[in-house]
Amino acid sequence: MTEIIDIVLLSFMIVLAIAVSRMQNLFMAAMMMGIFSFLSAIVFTLLDAVDVAFTEAAVGAGVSTVLLLGTLSLTTREEKVAQKNNALALLVVLITGSALIYGTLDMPNYGDPNAPAHKHVADRYIEKSGEEMEIPNIVTSVLASYRGYDTLGEVTVIFTAGIGVILLLGHIWRKEGKQ
Amino acid sequence: MISVGLFNYWACMVLMMIGLYTAIARPNLIKKLIGLSIFQVSVFLLYISIGKVSGGTAPILAEGIVVYSNPLPHVLILTAIVVGIATLSLGLALVVRIGEAYDTIEEDKIIEQDLVND
Repeated sequence: MTEIIDIVLLSFMIVLAIAVSRMQNLFMAAMMMGIFSFLSAIVFTLLDAVDVAFTEAAVGAGVSTVLLLGTLSLTTREEKVAQKNNALALLVVLITGSALIYGTLDMPNYGDPNAPAHKHVADRYIEKSGEEMEIPNIVTSVLASYRGYDTLGEVTVIFTAGIGVILLLGHIWRKEGKQ
Repeated sequence: MISVGLFNYWACMVLMMIGLYTAIARPNLIKKLIGLSIFQVSVFLLYISIGKVSGGTAPILAEGIVVYSNPLPHVLILTAIVVGIATLSLGLALVVRIGEAYDTIEEDKIIEQDLVND
């Protein structure tokens, strides 16, 4: 049953992505991206990644939609140039896509318990993290403890991006302050 | 029982290519960033699909459960989602700044203006 839901949701995501890509109205495209993110959150839940699902629902569907809408209010809502198909881009994309799909043919089947990805360090986390960290959620203990430096690096990236945004857009707020 | 086989990976590749096409073929800068977001989500889906174990459950320890899905891709993708939103916000800020300087966010018109100014 979950297999059917998985296939239907992924097909729906593909249709939605094509619609977003062809849409001239940027406001509608931003809204569709919100739906797209929520759909991907549902797929993540189906694939047992609950932490990823709620992060995607909060950050992907919430914050990034707000950011897109904010940008639209500061720039424009319509894509001006009429639709023109770019043959060279299409060719590049088709070649890259077929190479990638050729690459997946060697991959283990979906859900295969003997896939190489499950045979390395993941087992140790599942067996030992409960007694070592005393946190039932394995994702939390890996994120905050075993790979804590990764998370520290992530915070650095967000801080840097925040400074960049303030430097780029700070003059708008200063202008408003003077008036 | 329908077997998914490799369908998940193929769907990810198709989504990835739609995102890539939007990012390179569309002249509108906001549209390019939306394409980049689609690309990102497809990469997240690819990683999470690899982490799935059939018959497994979410990696939260509970009594009576033996099979868990692989928690490691989940951790990596949690980090990637947050980094993705950071890059998106920085990109959108750049778009706003470009829009102020050139009065348009269409790539071809920006290049035209640059050529005239040179």
